[in-house]
Amino acid sequence: MLSWFGVPVAPALEHWALRSASFDLGFGEAVGIVGQNGAGKSTLLKLIAGTLSPTEGEVRINGRIAAILELGMGFNPEFTGRENVLHATGLMGFSRETVLEAMPGIEAFAEIGDYFDQPVRTYSSGMQMRVAFAVATAFRPEVLIVDEALSVGDAYFQHKSFARIREFKQQGTALLFVTHGLADIRTLCERVILLDKGRMLRQGPADEIVDYYNALIAEKEAASLAVDQVRHKSGWLRTRSGTGEATLAGFRLTDAGSGEELQSLRVGQRVILTARVQANEDVPRLVLGYMLRDRVGQTVWGTNTWHTKQVVENLRAGQVVEFKLRFTCTLGPGSYAFSPALVSSDTHLENNYEWTDNALVFEVINTDKQYFIGTNWLDAAFEIQRDGSE
Amino acid sequence: MIAPNVAGAWRYRHFILSSIRGEIRARFVRSRMGGLWMIIHPLAQAAIYALVLAEIMAAKLPGLANDRFAYALYLLSGMLGWSLFSDLISRCLTLFIDNGNLLKKMPFPRICLALIVAGSALLNNLLLFLAVIAVFALSGHVPGAQILWIPALMLLTLAVGLGLGLLLGVVNVFVRDVGQVVPVVLQFGFWLAPIAYTLDIVPPSMRRVLYLNPMTPIVRGYQDALLFDRAPDIADLGVLALAALILLGVALALFRRASPEMVDVL
Repeated sequence: MLSWFGVPVAPALEHWALRSASFDLGFGEAVGIVGQNGAGKSTLLKLIAGTLSPTEGEVRINGRIAAILELGMGFNPEFTGRENVLHATGLMGFSRETVLEAMPGIEAFAEIGDYFDQPVRTYSSGMQMRVAFAVATAFRPEVLIVDEALSVGDAYFQHKSFARIREFKQQGTALLFVTHGLADIRTLCERVILLDKGRMLRQGPADEIVDYYNALIAEKEAASLAVDQVRHKSGWLRTRSGTGEATLAGFRLTDAGSGEELQSLRVGQRVILTARVQANEDVPRLVLGYMLRDRVGQTVWGTNTWHTKQVVENLRAGQVVEFKLRFTCTLGPGSYAFSPALVSSDTHLENNYEWTDNALVFEVINTDKQYFIGTNWLDAAFEIQRDGSE
Repeated sequence: MIAPNVAGAWRYRHFILSSIRGEIRARFVRSRMGGLWMIIHPLAQAAIYALVLAEIMAAKLPGLANDRFAYALYLLSGMLGWSLFSDLISRCLTLFIDNGNLLKKMPFPRICLALIVAGSALLNNLLLFLAVIAVFALSGHVPGAQILWIPALMLLTLAVGLGLGLLLGVVNVFVRDVGQVVPVVLQFGFWLAPIAYTLDIVPPSMRRVLYLNPMTPIVRGYQDALLFDRAPDIADLGVLALAALILLGVALALFRRASPEMVDVL
């Protein structure tokens, strides 16, 4: 307290929630911020939003910031939805006339019907969230900060919310996105910043950082963590991490009939995925898991041998196990990648021997089926009958 | 320092007004008598004191020795001023702590919070004022033209209350003991001002101590304007007004300097 009066006093205890984080953000760009709990994500957002003052360094903003740090900020339970919209937009600094003009739009976006003129305490939490989000995004800001506030709400409204955010981005808003939903970050952000224990670990393209982050979460003892990332010519990034007791020695796709090794598959082709696993040390339980992902990182199919009840037990160092996965390629045309993982139980959190993102990349081409779009091929056919009114 | 505060407050005027409205509405929610409770408390307090001390005090009031209600009215006049002051202090004390979440997550001109408290407390006091006039009229004592001093006195009380309150409120965030000590000090303050008793029963040497209490000139002003129908002591009030403005300035400056640290502690 003495420091307020100009007396230089050294603090008794200092804790840096965030230190030495530096980055730029341009209009129309979206940056995701990931990190474990306590990494400093919320602190970073509050610094940018202006509610926290930096002890060192500065924050420079061009334009208006809207921060959705908590939905329903400033809502009074006794006010109706309409009154709360006026109250909350007042808190954001808008004039009454501007808000009244935009009110029909806000009411339409929230979609809660007659409840809009009932006290907010009668709303379900989902309805409150709808109104809160409609208010927070009623006017397009130059910089929009979203802090994990989109993880609630039904699927329909989540889609609406995302659509609006994407619209803002197209209109030039710079986005700052904090979430634990890594799939969302991939679809929305070009760049991602990884924070860990108050420091900025890495920043870069979304797929690279998210894969690195996944590897980081699996880390048990930092000493045995090694993450290596290589970007293919095709643009796919291969990330390998793990403790190394078992590693992938061979991984390839072959045609089920001819045995020919394949780089591209046909829709409907029967193929075999062969994985040769080498045990470098004694491994009591070995599970092979795999994810098949499309170009944008969405998981198309995945499971592991724990779920199929085919766990390999008591592997000695030096032994090799061959896994053959037979499947029919019912994927739509496009680029896909297999991401295999060697673990010891149903997830990679107990032991992560080796996890390789995008170990095998292949194309799927539609050579002999009728034209279709989408990630999956359905064996579908139309039957058309006209009304008998000849 | 003044200009940005005023500009910010003006821009956020709707928020301030709807916050005050919200506070008032909260009082009426599922409550039969809602807003009346705010004035029943001080009225009841005055009634209790009057019941207990009327016999002792009635004789001491100049020119009103034969008036049965004189003491009760004397009490009410003083309490009108005091209740505004104590209301402001109590609310300002926990203002930043109660709004901690908002302060941490939403950037807005902090002065709005002070104005909301001031508006709400003023509204309460206005209601009490009306009730006091009603009691005066009912007991045959219609206040004279000097009643026009009351708005000025209210403003002065506002300045003193806000200045002191904000100061204490800021310190309370860091040293929570302040929040415990202040109610006790307020109790002392009530008795250190001539609200429940007249100044003449106090020995002259002690009177100086009473004047250390900033509320003493104000309370006397209320009593002069409402009951004795004479102008308040301008000299005393003038000095107090100056001190109040300086106090407000100090409080605002302190708030500015402490603000960055406050959000870390809330």
